[in-house]
Amino acid sequence: MYSIILATASKYLLLLLQMFSVFLLFRGHNEPGGGFVGGLVAAAAYALYFIANGIGKAEKLLAIDPFHLISAGLLLALSSTLPGLAAGGDVMTGIWIDTGIPLLGKVGTPLVFDTGVYFLVLGITLKIIFSLAEEDRQ
Amino acid sequence: MNQINQIIIIPVLLPLASAIAMIFFRRSVPLQRIIGLVSSTLMLAAAVWILGAVISGGMLTMQAGGWRAPFGITLVADLLSAVMIAASALIGLTTVIYSFAVIDKEREKFFYYPLLQLLMMGINGAFLTGDVFNLYVWFEVMLISSFVLLVLGGTPAQLEGAIKYVTINLLSSSVFLAAAGILYGIAGTLNMADLARISPQLEQKELLAIVSILFMITFGVKAAVFPFFFWLPASYHTPPIPVAAIFSGLLTKVGVYALIRFFTTVFPHESGFINGVLLVASALTMLIGVLGAVAQYDIRKLLSFHIVSQIGYMIFGLALHSPLAIAGALFYIVHNIIAKTNLFYISGMIERITGTFDLKKSGGVYARYPFVAVLFLVSALALAGIPPLSGFWAKFVVIKAGLGAEEYIVTGVAIFVSLLTLFSMMKIWNEAFWKEQPQTVAADAPNRYASMGTAGKLMLVSPVILLALASILFGIFFEPVFRIAESAAVQLLDPESYITPILGRKE
Repeated sequence: MYSIILATASKYLLLLLQMFSVFLLFRGHNEPGGGFVGGLVAAAAYALYFIANGIGKAEKLLAIDPFHLISAGLLLALSSTLPGLAAGGDVMTGIWIDTGIPLLGKVGTPLVFDTGVYFLVLGITLKIIFSLAEEDRQ
Repeated sequence: MNQINQIIIIPVLLPLASAIAMIFFRRSVPLQRIIGLVSSTLMLAAAVWILGAVISGGMLTMQAGGWRAPFGITLVADLLSAVMIAASALIGLTTVIYSFAVIDKEREKFFYYPLLQLLMMGINGAFLTGDVFNLYVWFEVMLISSFVLLVLGGTPAQLEGAIKYVTINLLSSSVFLAAAGILYGIAGTLNMADLARISPQLEQKELLAIVSILFMITFGVKAAVFPFFFWLPASYHTPPIPVAAIFSGLLTKVGVYALIRFFTTVFPHESGFINGVLLVASALTMLIGVLGAVAQYDIRKLLSFHIVSQIGYMIFGLALHSPLAIAGALFYIVHNIIAKTNLFYISGMIERITGTFDLKKSGGVYARYPFVAVLFLVSALALAGIPPLSGFWAKFVVIKAGLGAEEYIVTGVAIFVSLLTLFSMMKIWNEAFWKEQPQTVAADAPNRYASMGTAGKLMLVSPVILLALASILFGIFFEPVFRIAESAAVQLLDPESYITPILGRKE
């Protein structure tokens, strides 16, 4: 069933939800939020777009294989463990840099890890949704 | 901060990194194979490096994130862990090579190789962690990968086996979690070194005894100790041979490892009562396992029952709780990992040649491929305990320790079971190798081994040769290998040697 209201709204909601998910990701270190929730919200944005416009368009919009999101996310999370080692500490030791930029504040390896989680959750959720939507394709 | 300590993260990160790369290249099976081969080879090299470092320089410890123990997550490689890591890396490499030859295209496309790497990551993590809750997490990593490997392919038999396997393992995981919760409630810490230090002074002795029994049950299930063994023969014969081989070689041994770790390092003073229970359980495990094996006519089921029986010997060594017995148990674990995995590989070869796992229908392998028969004999006799192979020394030490402790009945059982083991190995020999294959079966059973290419044959045979050589070498160079096991046992029975490197000296 195609609804023009939902289809139009989903385009704007997609952008809004994505911005919100990134906000959640950055907010996560000290306050409620983080990569997991952020990834879920981002996936929800695509899920909404898929409900409104069908699976073909949603996949086209994503333009990347969810499996690549999964491996990219895992790779980011894995690489965040290594700077601590390079700095002469233990593996996974957090390294922080104070950027001085307002809103952004301190940036460090835990953020890289969280970004990895974000992409991992986004990738897995989308893979599940797209697989479930397989019969919608016909 | 000694940077050499950081090498103990390699057994966890390397399989993860290669699994990630494999998921990225999921459409290219050849590339996945190359990544698998390279990373497993590197893993073996790293494991040998770690073992060498631990032998020469003592325990390696690492605190993830730099948070001091007991607050952070501790990774520890003492001699026991290092030996287990080395053995599992060897099995990991041979399984990857063997898989090239036998795993079908469908499974390869559905993440077979990444799952194998994640399984290795879970196993290595379980061997290395120095924290009870972290051990639970690694068990889960290992189990989730093994669930998928078990059902991959989706045949009815596999699903039936998987339901039993998953149910019992989920149950034992919840017992594990509950036990960890209670332990944290009474001790206020889950760091193994900290527990070893605190637990002798705890007031709630009864609660501690209950916790240690809960841990014994949960690890007993994983290790397939009597009376928790029934799930193993019901599920291990269903997946493809390389999966069955790595499960039988490594997964139950992680349970045995956890039992040894808990009842030597973590709860040393609780062990009096536990050892009595373990002693009885070990005798029954040995006996019932081998009786089950003798009755089987499917090679894979026969070997699965043997896993149970052999676990009994390791638990026997642990229950005796003397340095000699525990050293014997450790040697037994390593010997068994190698011999048992190899027997599964060889059963796969028998199936390729005769077209069946059913002993009644198979036959004639000796006449057609004498070298397969030789490889089988090496592993089978090693398992049964014929000198000069590794199994002889393993059994010799455990039985000697049993006699030394004056546990004559259980020692007698161990010797009797050894005879039955030999009998059931000879059964495979007679049925699959010696007798002629029945004409009716031979006619419609294609020899799939003969139709394999040279490369395929090489990938099928080389892991078997490698492990058979290992069995022989461990037998011949028994003394230096056993000396490592002995110092590992001494280390285990002296909790202070585990506590000090992690928590520092007592003030």
